[in-house]
Amino acid sequence: MSEQTADRSHVFMEGMRDGIPIGLGYFAVSFALGITMRNAGLNALQGFFCSLLNVASAGEYAGVSMIAVDASYTAVALMTLVANARYFLMSCALSQKFSPDTPMIHRMLVGYSVTDELFGIAIAREGYLEPLYYYGAMLVAVPLWSLGTALGVMAGNILPASLVSALSVALYGMFLAIVVPAAKKDKAVLLFTLLACAMSWLCSAMPVIAQVSEGSRTIILTVVLSAAAAYFFPRKEEEA
Amino acid sequence: MKHSIWVSIFVMAGVSYLIRVLPLTLIRKPIKNTFIRSFLYYVPYITLTVMTFPAILKATGSPLAGGIAFLTGIIITWRGAGLLQTAVVCCAAVYILQLFL
Repeated sequence: MSEQTADRSHVFMEGMRDGIPIGLGYFAVSFALGITMRNAGLNALQGFFCSLLNVASAGEYAGVSMIAVDASYTAVALMTLVANARYFLMSCALSQKFSPDTPMIHRMLVGYSVTDELFGIAIAREGYLEPLYYYGAMLVAVPLWSLGTALGVMAGNILPASLVSALSVALYGMFLAIVVPAAKKDKAVLLFTLLACAMSWLCSAMPVIAQVSEGSRTIILTVVLSAAAAYFFPRKEEEA
Repeated sequence: MKHSIWVSIFVMAGVSYLIRVLPLTLIRKPIKNTFIRSFLYYVPYITLTVMTFPAILKATGSPLAGGIAFLTGIIITWRGAGLLQTAVVCCAAVYILQLFL
């Protein structure tokens, strides 16, 4: 093996390694999603392809809840759009992580599975995004996501409830592993993530605002707080 | 059912794909504007935080177990724990607490 090939397979393996906790978390979440799909009238094959083609927890949940009430295709599209709108912001951010000469095909393949978690680990790595790293993580996480959904449709409640509920914090643990080191290094990130916690909590507890869907609240808070952070703590050219 | 489930799934897939791939393929140069660059730098941290809290409190059967998983996660990541380690410890914390709650 040439040195370059060894290097590339190393990057790929690192992606697979980081994909394991994500895939395990996905498996638990998608199992629950599968149960919802079963109630909406989907079979295991439909559940599998729905997850394989969408790779989106909230987005799939929203879309499937529209299928359950036999909504029009337009309504299904709109609901998916709203629930997945945060991925638009993430992709904008991720576009800046690509080396400018990255071929189109890599942009189109990575774009297929921009998720909260895969986006998170991609952002957490130093330097330009390495598509091979992303593919490694994808190849572990996406099959587990799709398989978990299909099994959820088929099997319903096989896993003990205490295990499912313990696994459900896996994804949040990973989010913390991305946010906390950045907050430790950068006081502006620390300040605004603390603000984000406080405002997110307030919005979920306040009478009228709590009626707004969780997806929309996430988008609004992200835009408002990130804009404020960018205004008060603009990044200098070399650090941004 | 008047609408085909398969067609609905493909409609969802089309929307999910376009919303992600359009920014990645259309924005091909580094953005020069300082405000936009800074904005995009802060987006991931803030959006992940908003999605984590207070949702983690509702993720398990008990807000207390969720809250302790949250605090445990913050402490160990502050001290340098990685992705897998943090995920496992948070799950274990919830699992063990459930035995007592």
